Amino acid sequence: MSATMKPKISFVTTPRATLAPRPPSAQPAERGAPAVDVRRFSFAYGERRVLRNLEFSIERKAVTAIIGPSGCGKSTFLRSINRLNDLIAATTHEGDILVEGRSVYAQGTDLVALRQRVGMVFQRPNPFPKSVFDNVAYGPGLNRLVPKRDLPDLVERCLRQAALWDEVKDRLEEPATGLSGGQQQRLCIARALGNQPELLLMDEPCSALDPIATQRVEELLFELKREYTIVIVTHNMQQAARVSDFTGFFDRGELVEFDDTERIFTSPAHERTEAYITGRFG
Amino acid sequence: MNRRVFRRLVSNAMVGLMVFAVVVALLPLFFILMDLIVKGAGSLSADFFTRMPAPAGESGGGVAHAIVGTLIIVGTASLIGLPIGIAAGIYCAEYPGSRLTWVTRFVADVMNGTPSIVVGVFAWAWIVATQKHFSALAGSAALALLMIPMVMRTTEEMIKLVPNSLREAALALGYPRWRTSLAIVVRTTLPGIVTGSLLAVARIAGETAPLLFTALGSQYMSLNLNQPMAALPLTVFTYATGPYEEWHRYAWAAALVLILVVFVLSLGARLAIGRRFTLNG
Repeated sequence: MSATMKPKISFVTTPRATLAPRPPSAQPAERGAPAVDVRRFSFAYGERRVLRNLEFSIERKAVTAIIGPSGCGKSTFLRSINRLNDLIAATTHEGDILVEGRSVYAQGTDLVALRQRVGMVFQRPNPFPKSVFDNVAYGPGLNRLVPKRDLPDLVERCLRQAALWDEVKDRLEEPATGLSGGQQQRLCIARALGNQPELLLMDEPCSALDPIATQRVEELLFELKREYTIVIVTHNMQQAARVSDFTGFFDRGELVEFDDTERIFTSPAHERTEAYITGRFG
Repeated sequence: MNRRVFRRLVSNAMVGLMVFAVVVALLPLFFILMDLIVKGAGSLSADFFTRMPAPAGESGGGVAHAIVGTLIIVGTASLIGLPIGIAAGIYCAEYPGSRLTWVTRFVADVMNGTPSIVVGVFAWAWIVATQKHFSALAGSAALALLMIPMVMRTTEEMIKLVPNSLREAALALGYPRWRTSLAIVVRTTLPGIVTGSLLAVARIAGETAPLLFTALGSQYMSLNLNQPMAALPLTVFTYATGPYEEWHRYAWAAALVLILVVFVLSLGARLAIGRRFTLNG
């Protein structure tokens, strides 16, 4: 399969949910264990290897930024965690990723249950063409996380967490597509929170937003990390420096360096990292 | 010649050509409508819609049986054809890589190009000949067969317009694949699917050839799907080729009614498009 070939949607069968969703109050199983544990993970689209032997772990209730030049595999890595790459035909992988101690790639992994536990926010806001309320309520409603009568409370809580409630509380029944781009993106964050995920993946969530909307989302990350583990892919190094606690630098599918954000941006251990963050390439 | 003047001349010439092409395309439609109204509107009356045909040679009467027959035959055909066509279209759009999709699409394209009379012969051979009598159901089956590839292809094209990001959003929320297809993808394209379906219904409502040796036509009011039944296109055909002056006038009027039915359906389709949800932004 060539690099330019359009990804095909493959025939993925999803078994019925067997894993009961985590009750909202429960603590993660192993307190000391990392939220995400990447174990010698490699990934390829056909012949093209895009991730090589990644090995690192991501800390709970912190923001971890993934930076690197275009095509270095940042997004592929993120989409490997919730197995959204399964949609593309002819992909192969080696190794494993553990989310809260549970394998993502083990045989018989329930993708539906996995994706309930791992929320995702995309590059461009992609609300469903439904009402604001339904956008947030659909995930938890579908997955029966809460009784139907509690849905309004859950929606309000998620919208508050996404700092959107005050702007939309009078227009919950209006179509979500009528919101501004920044509001739509925060709605997508609220929608992801609706499932009460253990982990929140964000794939360049601010790249389609103006500076003010970007700032709002960044402020939101500070609030969210008190309750959620967040992995954010970003093109914007200032953003990584501002919002993250840890930073991983990817280049050509390899993890070049992973450390405290401060360390990465002040005294990187690798020459390539330094070259990238000082703008000499990428 | 000055460059800007030249450009403007070319631009005007092109616009002129396009206006000419539009007029040429619209003229036949205009003449058909005018002809139908001039020759048919005079015979339209309350009787025409509510009465049964008068015995041959006598004046008066109407085509109530054919209007009812068309509604029944087309309705039954839609009940058979629309679900199959829409479901097949959804399958082809959602699983484009599968071999079954390739085969289905190929067969649909071939069927789309098949003359409708061939489909009529097919229905005759399989239903009329085996049952040994003509029936409205055979006509409906023939029309359904014509509808399926049309509906399937428009449904597929509509669904392909749904951005992949919307699919991913649903899957990433933990939607099973089939629910993503139905609750998000199909819901989003519903107005488009409805439009495609109405256009297909309008298309088959005017088909004559597949009904000639299936539903056959009838002079009487019949509500029985297992019996021959009248239909507007057949009535037009019979009356237009008949020997009486009044029949000819009735043929014009029946044709006018038929085109009005199709018109209303198409208009409904346009309105459905107008109410389409905007996707992103």
